[in-house]
Amino acid sequence: MAAESVQDDENTLTIMPDIRNPIVEVSNLNLYYGETQALFDIDLRIPEHRVTAFIGPSGCGKSTLLRCMNRLNDLIDSVRIEGIVEIDNDDIYSSGYDVISLRRRVGMVFQKSNPFPKSIYENLVYGLRIAGENRRPMLDEVVEQSLRAAALWDEVKDRLDNSALGLSGGQQQRLCIARAIAVEPSVILMDEPCSALDPIATGRIEETIEELKKDYTIVIVTHNMQQASRISDYTAFFYLGRLIEMAETSDMFTNPQLKQTEDYVTGRFG
Amino acid sequence: MRDFLKTGVPFIWLTGGALAICLLMIAGLVALVLYNGTGFFWPSNIEAVTLKDGQKAMGQRWDRQEIPASSRTGSGQFRIQLKVGNRDVYRSDFRWIDESDIQATQYPKDAVVFERREWGNFYGFIDALYERETRVSNTWDVLQDQLDKTRALHEQIRQIEEDAIGDLNRQIEALRLKKREIELGDGNADDMTAIDRESETHWASYEQLADQLAQLRAVNEMYRVEVRLIGGEVQQIATADIVRAHRPNQLGLVGKVGVYLDRVGEFLFDEPRESNTEGGIFPAIFGTVMMVFLMSLAAVPFGILAALYLREYARQGTLVRLIRIAVNNLAGVPSIVFGMFGLGFFVYGIGGSIDQLFFAEALPTPTYGTGGILWASLTLALLTVPVMIVSAEEALSAVPSDVRAGSLALGATQLQTILRVVLPGALPGILTGIILVIARGAGEVAPLMITGVVKLAPALPVDGIWPFFHLERKFMHLGFHIYDVGFQSPNVEAARPMVYTTTLLLMGIVLALNLVAILVRNRLRKRAGGPTF
Repeated sequence: MAAESVQDDENTLTIMPDIRNPIVEVSNLNLYYGETQALFDIDLRIPEHRVTAFIGPSGCGKSTLLRCMNRLNDLIDSVRIEGIVEIDNDDIYSSGYDVISLRRRVGMVFQKSNPFPKSIYENLVYGLRIAGENRRPMLDEVVEQSLRAAALWDEVKDRLDNSALGLSGGQQQRLCIARAIAVEPSVILMDEPCSALDPIATGRIEETIEELKKDYTIVIVTHNMQQASRISDYTAFFYLGRLIEMAETSDMFTNPQLKQTEDYVTGRFG
Repeated sequence: MRDFLKTGVPFIWLTGGALAICLLMIAGLVALVLYNGTGFFWPSNIEAVTLKDGQKAMGQRWDRQEIPASSRTGSGQFRIQLKVGNRDVYRSDFRWIDESDIQATQYPKDAVVFERREWGNFYGFIDALYERETRVSNTWDVLQDQLDKTRALHEQIRQIEEDAIGDLNRQIEALRLKKREIELGDGNADDMTAIDRESETHWASYEQLADQLAQLRAVNEMYRVEVRLIGGEVQQIATADIVRAHRPNQLGLVGKVGVYLDRVGEFLFDEPRESNTEGGIFPAIFGTVMMVFLMSLAAVPFGILAALYLREYARQGTLVRLIRIAVNNLAGVPSIVFGMFGLGFFVYGIGGSIDQLFFAEALPTPTYGTGGILWASLTLALLTVPVMIVSAEEALSAVPSDVRAGSLALGATQLQTILRVVLPGALPGILTGIILVIARGAGEVAPLMITGVVKLAPALPVDGIWPFFHLERKFMHLGFHIYDVGFQSPNVEAARPMVYTTTLLLMGIVLALNLVAILVRNRLRKRAGGPTF
């Protein structure tokens, strides 16, 4: 694959694969927490129906960038954003943009599983209920579909009315994935979804992600290099708030263009 | 020694000891109140003592104690306190008798204790029963029969006085106010004469009722008991003045339990007599519960809303931090200060304005411009709202921010997130706050004394007269009742057990209110699936 090089203002070189018709396109994004700048001139395109992994050392801004894609950073008072984030060719930061509909199209799974203090069933239909869908047959169908998609159906089908807080950690995280896909988003953002799980639960979730990418575009932040190489199609490497290199995962791990990337993926620093 | 200190064992003993002392003090308090409060209604035996100098005394034993060395005259170590009753004859209810002076103690089978509507207990023996001026056969059954009759008559008289005459009074008062309104307005003479005529018909029916009352009273006065005191004097008591008569020395356990339960029932469900030292305390129970209810109704929603704004919407900065400190400090302001604020702001400020605007015809008699249950409840709500805000805020902050983000990330608005995720998650904690508010509010007395609590309220704040809830009325309160009976009553000694019993009841009510809240909280916890924080 031909890689194009982008020369930006501060003379750092960003390596970017040639991606046609991206579903998410970030251009020249700068983000500040009060006076401190956290993201510098990010240009990034995310391909549809692929898994894109964000890697990089802690504090390099990958989670922050992820939260720009569903405007969850809006919750933090001190955040200021410059630049453009387009999803399906709409600028999501333009004034008057409907954040609610954006978040329906861009689902999110968090680092720590966060089921609501409700029954399993009510957790799954939460997104539909707040959108005004209350027809029971419809909800029942969605519950089964999304649980099957998250490979949780067989484990919980007999106790849908039990509290979601009674599930194990891995089950809770898969419930959160099921909850995210119940509203049928086009993009699912995952912020280190396996960091709090044991290897077996992690393996299950990776299988789930493998299944999901047929229908969804997935962006996943991970600290685990093996995980990135196992499940992702593209990998983007961030360092100190900058996107250093993005490539197809196989290229990234076997033949990185930059020395810095090579050092990180081979574990020499980070 | 140093090694021993290092093991940490002494610290375990220190902490455990502190806890044990706390528990002991609480248990001691509860035991004292229980012991003194529950025994009050028990009909103990009547002792008739003959002293060495030939004097006699009869009554129920109240106390036995060691004679202080300074006032010891004889050789005896102990003295007993007899409740001899008969206040109208002896001038005092109690008598101390040195045990060494006693020659003999008897328990006469036919000694009777009469509980009277006025003047307290009367102890003696029945000599004769009278119906009009004729003597009737002197048996216990006849007396009980007469008691039943007079009780029914008494009830009838009370009904006429309170319901029929009360109704008339209200109508006449309403007409007077209407007339006054016309006077203040256009002063139409025709309207005024019409009102005068109407009130005359009311006065006529009042005369009729008064006649009826006089007849009933005369019938009631017919029955009398002639009682011989232990000293030989003879006294007549109108049967109508007797609430209850029993012969404790003849009663078996079952009979005594019967009297006990009867007196407990009277205590719980009747109105007070004898400046609150006898009879029941129902108006105080009712007033306390209603006040706590009204207070919670005002303080809880208000506190939760304020906490929601502070925690969910306000920009977390210096200002919010200052407000938080201020709210915390407000919870520590002495309650009497809140009472004075309530008097100035609610009673005189708001109540006075309401009177001028809507009840001008009744002035100078205030309607809302004087203490009442509404103002007292609002004052207490003001006092407890900081407690509610602080605990609701803690409950809200215990809901993980990830859960909020999770809801928002599914496309929920902030309002939906608060209503569907944050509040349900915080509910058990908020209920803990409500428990604290109830406990604080039910135990507070000082601010109530100047915003609407009275020693004796003529009517409950809720009754069958439109508009059913009379929030401007003054009310009675258990906490104030304890203070009043214990320290302000003319007969403190006789009233002391009443203080313990009322304390017991107040503790019981607070406990019951808290239990309800705790049960609700546990149900909610179960529904949410184990502790959510």
